[in-house]
Amino acid sequence: MIVHTQEPILEVHDLMVTYGRKPVLWGVDFTLPSGCIAGIVGPNGAGKSTLLKTIMGLITPSSGYIKLFDRSLDEVRSQVSYVPQRESVDWDFPVSVLDVVLMGRYGKVGLLRNTGPRDRDIAMDCLDKVGMSAYTKRQISQLSGGQQQRVFLARALAQEADLYFMDEPFAGVDAATEQTIIALLREMASAGKTIVVVHHDLQSARAYFDWIVLLNMHLVAAGPTNEVFTEETIQQAYGGRLNLLSQVGDVMEKRAFPSRER
Amino acid sequence: METLLDFLTLSDPNVRYVVLGNVLLSSSAAMVGAFILLQKKALIGDAVSHAVLPGICAAFLFSGSKNIGFMLSGAFVTGWLALLAIDYITAHSKVKKDAAIGLVLSVFFGVGMVMMTYIQQSGNAAQSGLDHFLFGKAATLVGTDLLIFSILAVVLLVVVGLFFKSFTLVAFDRPYAQALGYPVRKLDLLLTSLTVLAVVTGITAVGVVLMAAMLITPAAAARYWTNNIRRMVWLAVGFGAFAGLAGAYISYAAPAMPTGPWMVVVSSAIAFFSFFFAPTKGIVPKMYTQHKNQRIIAEENTLKRFYHLGERNSHFLGLRNADELFAKDELNASSSSSRAALKRLATKKLVVSDGQQWRLTDIGWQKATRIVRLHRLWELYLTKYMNIAADHVHDDAETIEHIITPELERELEHQLGYPDKDPHNTEIPKI
Repeated sequence: MIVHTQEPILEVHDLMVTYGRKPVLWGVDFTLPSGCIAGIVGPNGAGKSTLLKTIMGLITPSSGYIKLFDRSLDEVRSQVSYVPQRESVDWDFPVSVLDVVLMGRYGKVGLLRNTGPRDRDIAMDCLDKVGMSAYTKRQISQLSGGQQQRVFLARALAQEADLYFMDEPFAGVDAATEQTIIALLREMASAGKTIVVVHHDLQSARAYFDWIVLLNMHLVAAGPTNEVFTEETIQQAYGGRLNLLSQVGDVMEKRAFPSRER
Repeated sequence: METLLDFLTLSDPNVRYVVLGNVLLSSSAAMVGAFILLQKKALIGDAVSHAVLPGICAAFLFSGSKNIGFMLSGAFVTGWLALLAIDYITAHSKVKKDAAIGLVLSVFFGVGMVMMTYIQQSGNAAQSGLDHFLFGKAATLVGTDLLIFSILAVVLLVVVGLFFKSFTLVAFDRPYAQALGYPVRKLDLLLTSLTVLAVVTGITAVGVVLMAAMLITPAAAARYWTNNIRRMVWLAVGFGAFAGLAGAYISYAAPAMPTGPWMVVVSSAIAFFSFFFAPTKGIVPKMYTQHKNQRIIAEENTLKRFYHLGERNSHFLGLRNADELFAKDELNASSSSSRAALKRLATKKLVVSDGQQWRLTDIGWQKATRIVRLHRLWELYLTKYMNIAADHVHDDAETIEHIITPELERELEHQLGYPDKDPHNTEIPKI
């Protein structure tokens, strides 16, 4: 079941993504309304992170397109913020917590200019919002998993965007951090921001998100949580009835077949 | 001594040039190297520095002279070709990146050596001194050449300074940089060009074989001293400059000595010193911490021993002889280390001795009580909250008793509801 929305803030149109020749996302097509907290939910290997990376322009789709604010990503980059997976960086890097959060300002100041006192104030403010203002000077290798996630979140906040994409912000964090994060997301949503979160925990998904995109290599369901997040759709996404789909993908990879005829 | 004085006062204009050139090139190489290291591309620097050799030889064959402009252009071209080859092989074949780097490095260097041998056999008079490009000779840095190298070095320093922020961002979190709209590919291109440029700048003084060491070693050493990227880069620059200076001096004092290898020896010495002695990260400070911990454990175990002996007859401050104290099976430590621990306890006034026997002082007794108390509290915590059987908790508590802070102690007590008995039904002492 796919519920579309009028005047969407994000439109994913007939998206197909392949790694090498092997398709990982088939014909994904959905829209999101502005001001919602949307969860991209699905089993391991469903292509959730891939979808997010494709939206952020880190992966080029083999067909289909994505529109944000009814424009292409390059036109609205300053309004879009991204939180990569925590494990994607080397936390032994020689920078402090404040240095990382200031990176959120790099998009605004541009390639050559340095961040100024105003950027510093914004960064401090964002650290305060995630409850990390006591750790400003701390070297990042000394942070716990939950603290690392908060720093990443503060960095995204420092971008002062309208649309946020977060890749597994709740993975491997303590309960206190999870509560801080979800409270912050709700506050942001009520201020009119839109937040898209990749999430793998079915239990909390219903409570956290008011819009759900249920994914398992193809789109299973998308729409308001209480309408589309049902026993039936969850079973469809997690039930493992996709053997045929992945077998076809394997054949395409083996025969080096293109995902579209031309 | 006189040579050192001559050298340091830079009275000889030739020396002045050589020193200036050397310091500039080694510090700029170190600055670029810091980012290569942070981007985990150290091997690439090695490949590039070897790959410039065929370029130099080709330039010589083409021009028939050792014109520095031609040489540098040739070096730049083959250095770049090597990078492209590595990228191409990695992207379009089953060969993994490390293998591709090794392959390209040896093929380019091999071709370079063949060309150089050919030139040397050809009897061309202009070729003498071409082999300096292999290991470098700072003394060959004179006049206009030096000017060119200095300009290149300054360009390197300025460009890296300008893009400091961007290089840091890309090295730390590449996808995020891309998401911010940073031209990541172009920044990569810039950094690799700077790498080639740094190598090219260094080849006359250091030589192609060892230039990679001048890129990476100062940065690797600097990483040991700080967790601040700005400080790390400046330290790397400082280490590089010092190595350059030292190399120039050695080949000034002993003209038969090649500059490059000596610069590398000096910077390696700095690196080794850092690996061993840098505070907190060095091997020696780490060993010292371990040693200190062992001493604390031995001391506290000895105090505990006094307590256990006292517990038998509720006479905690009684005199104990060596046989009682050093019963080996109970203390799990050699008697020599226990004796040493006892001596240290005596100097700390935690025990007193009448020469043959020892007893606890009041403060010593308090300390001993606290350790036993922490041991038993932790045992109770393990059985109560972690569902570990009572006969399995002792060994764990043996370690934990030494590290629990007063805050943790209060928290532990609170969570356990201020208990009186441990899981073995012995009393948890209170101070």
